[in-house]
Amino acid sequence: MPQPVNAELGQVSELLMLLASIAYVVAFVFFVLDLVKSSKTISAVESRLASEQAASARTLAHVGGRDPGSTAARPAAPVTADDSMDYGSGARRGSARIAVALTVLAALIHGAAVVSRAFAAHRVPWGNMYEFCTTGAFLVAVIFLITLTRKDLRFIGSFVVGLVVIMLCAATVGFPTPVSRLIPALQSYWLVVHVSIAVASSALFTITFAMSVLQLLQTSREAKLLAGKTDTARFLRLVPSALSLENLSYRLNAIAFIGWTFTLIAGAIWAEQAWGRYWGWDTKEVWTFVIWTVYAGYLHARATRGWTGTRAAWLSIVGYLCIVFNFTIVNMYFSGLHSYAGV
Amino acid sequence: MVKQDIAPGVKGTAGSKADVAVPALGFVGTLRWAWTQLTSMRTALFLLLLLAVAAVPGSLFPQRSANPAVVTQYIEEHPDTGPVLDWFQLFDVYSSVWFSAIYLLLFISLIGCVIPRARAHFRAARSTPPRTPKRLSRLPVHGTLEIPAAEVQDADLTPSSAAGQAAAVLKKRGYRVDVRGVGTDEASVGAERGLAKELGNLVFHISLIGVLVAVAIGGLFGYNGQKVIVEGDSFVNTLIGYDSFNPGSNFSDDQLEPYSIRLDSFDVRFDREQESHYGQPLDFTANLTTQDGPGAPEEQQVLKVNAPVTIGGTSVYLVGNGYAPIVTVRDGEGDIASQGPVVAVPSDGLYTSLIVIKAPDAQPDQLGFVGFFLPTAFVDEDGVSFSRDPDPFNPQLNLNSYYGDLGLDDGTPENVYVLDTENLTELNSRNNDDGGIVLAVGQTYDLPEGKGSITFDGLQRYIALDIHHDPAKAAAFVFATLALLGLGASLFIARRRLWVKTSRRDDGGIRVEYGLLARGEDHRLADEGLRVRKLLADRWSVPSGTGDNTEDNRVPEAVSSAGGTGQSQHNTKDN
Ligand code: HEM
Repeated sequence: MPQPVNAELGQVSELLMLLASIAYVVAFVFFVLDLVKSSKTISAVESRLASEQAASARTLAHVGGRDPGSTAARPAAPVTADDSMDYGSGARRGSARIAVALTVLAALIHGAAVVSRAFAAHRVPWGNMYEFCTTGAFLVAVIFLITLTRKDLRFIGSFVVGLVVIMLCAATVGFPTPVSRLIPALQSYWLVVHVSIAVASSALFTITFAMSVLQLLQTSREAKLLAGKTDTARFLRLVPSALSLENLSYRLNAIAFIGWTFTLIAGAIWAEQAWGRYWGWDTKEVWTFVIWTVYAGYLHARATRGWTGTRAAWLSIVGYLCIVFNFTIVNMYFSGLHSYAGV
Repeated sequence: MVKQDIAPGVKGTAGSKADVAVPALGFVGTLRWAWTQLTSMRTALFLLLLLAVAAVPGSLFPQRSANPAVVTQYIEEHPDTGPVLDWFQLFDVYSSVWFSAIYLLLFISLIGCVIPRARAHFRAARSTPPRTPKRLSRLPVHGTLEIPAAEVQDADLTPSSAAGQAAAVLKKRGYRVDVRGVGTDEASVGAERGLAKELGNLVFHISLIGVLVAVAIGGLFGYNGQKVIVEGDSFVNTLIGYDSFNPGSNFSDDQLEPYSIRLDSFDVRFDREQESHYGQPLDFTANLTTQDGPGAPEEQQVLKVNAPVTIGGTSVYLVGNGYAPIVTVRDGEGDIASQGPVVAVPSDGLYTSLIVIKAPDAQPDQLGFVGFFLPTAFVDEDGVSFSRDPDPFNPQLNLNSYYGDLGLDDGTPENVYVLDTENLTELNSRNNDDGGIVLAVGQTYDLPEGKGSITFDGLQRYIALDIHHDPAKAAAFVFATLALLGLGASLFIARRRLWVKTSRRDDGGIRVEYGLLARGEDHRLADEGLRVRKLLADRWSVPSGTGDNTEDNRVPEAVSSAGGTGQSQHNTKDN
């Protein structure tokens, strides 16, 4: 016999969620500040870069073996970050540091909120829309922070933290749900497996979505600069080249795609247990399939001549839009067997 | 420069061949050209995206496969667009000609793609690693180690033996190795690892075919059916036992094993603790007595949501439940025209249920009733009855009654949950003088005009079962799992080639050069270079240093301020 829910703890969780949101909002402000400020910092660094430019040109000719296409297509001067995303300028980015520290703080509070919700309900905290959103947002933040320890991704901080804030707002405003027990249809350990991986993959896709958008912006900026036009998107100096963005988001997308494949299979197994058939083209299944196919297309695009770069980025974006659609519109307005939204 | 080194595989050829637009002359030539086009990567991509788009309408329009009644209703409500949509098979998207065409083409393309690649892979796996390039310094990651003369003397090294030792080191690290130029003053090692990447890719794609075949077999030889059982009643697994039955195209009735299931009791628990979720269901448990066949021993089993019972080669699922009010209908002559539980179909979470009662045996006129069953009836200020709770605290029937021809006698199948009132005359209704019938348990209502009476005797629960047989579901599971594993291998294993060259130096030492090349995406190639460098240096106890490996490749400060992961990514453009 499951224990009754702990309503007070549920309220504590909601309060923590609110605090976390506030901390994220402040972090977001600092990330934006960083982008604005860094544009200036970079102007300062630029002169140094320019002086080293001559030297680099010599060495490049010497090396010769690097992919000539990408090096040539990429004007060295205006691009400040490369694949390694190690900025090297040594410039201190105070705002960015504060922003990251705040994000860590927010994520800690957020984590406490998610965990206390789980304890309040005596189960995993992903049984309705509110919980999918808040737990998903938490994973987005955590994955972002983990990636930060390996790559300097602070340039998408405003983007990612902004999305986290939106997800939390959507949860609190759009789908407020007090702590409750699970309806029989969701009482399965497949809920733990299937939904957790789905949420984690979606979180990764969220980050690659941000990177793909930046990649498109960066591509058009690079083209502009190459054509000798003025730089109208100066904040993008802090962002790595389009190619680096593409490569990194490919790696993350690959991981997320495996996660999504697993989600799909686990969902099929669960469906088999709950409804007797592993696949029945229920609305939710249709969209899971569509998303999977779009990202499979993305992976193929990366191996197809003429489809890398911008087109692949668009596929990644379309895939993410499908995820958002699946999560919002499909959950709320389409009827189907998966009507567990709890709204 | 990286490109020429990639073994001929579909990846390389498909992209380039697709660009050769003009087909060779003649029929065979055209066919071959069409085949090349179909099996090209670009076509695969196009078909994949097309499949994604084609799947969408199935979520926008009701599908017959899920619920034929809703489709019929949709077409009735949209007399203009409905038939057009139907003509385009938009209510049968996943069995439609166009959807099938897309995925069949995709899978033909897939087969055409996989076969040559499997062959190429098989050859690659059996051949020796590729020949050593002339200048290792042209490879994206490379470096040099020097074994000093003293060390060479101590260990009695020759270029050949050093190459042999390097090969041993590499082999331990998982490379396939091949030592060349043994006995000469310039030996070399060709090494390769990560063939499992391509193997994984092949397993993945082949498994997709496997999944498709398993789905097809399930569709051909499987069946499923639905059955509603009221407490105390039984179901026998025969064709007539089912309420509805969907056989696969190759189904034959001797596939059905005549097992039986009796519903002894059905327990429901609703949330009574939490105000916000008061009345939300917490648990459904059906207690069954099953028998594998006539005469077989009886067995007690528990059926729950998410926990099917398997019996006689089928799986039995609990997919719904509700109330079946026990009703007695007496006709105008005072005889019992119908008696027993009548299944009411819940329309909301509070089990406000629709109920239809038919008494075709009633004399002189057939009788029909349609209305609501409310588990906990409550009347609001406007006099409208509704249910306040899913548990039967105040069960009530609210009915309209009719007499006349129920339309059951001509033998056409009739939906038991719908009363066709076209040929019936209204007796009771909230809108006519006699008013509607309202009955609590134990009450009887006498129909106007001496047409008979109706009694609400009591209440039972029922469960709705889905019964499925899919002979290929295990196969589908195996292939899906294989696909996942293959995908993991394909995306995470790096395929690398590595060469080591040893040559004698003028001062008696030995120079060891090495170079690495990635096939496809590989952001850790430089790391691998450093690691191999360290292993080799340790082997001969020479300082490994830090510079060599990255020095030449290192992108100058202005462009990149760090080596490490940077370089190899550019190889990806060669795919
Ligand atoms: C049912 C249709 C297909 C699906 C769902 C699918 C899915 C995928 C996925 C997810 C990948 C990336 C993972 C990996 O590298 O293994 C991939 C890679 C690949 N697929 Fe497919 N594929 C399909 C059909 C095809 C067809 C028809 C071809 C041949 C034209 C093809 C050729 C390839 C190749 C060459 C790769 C390797 C790309 C690389 O190295 O990045 N696939 N496929």
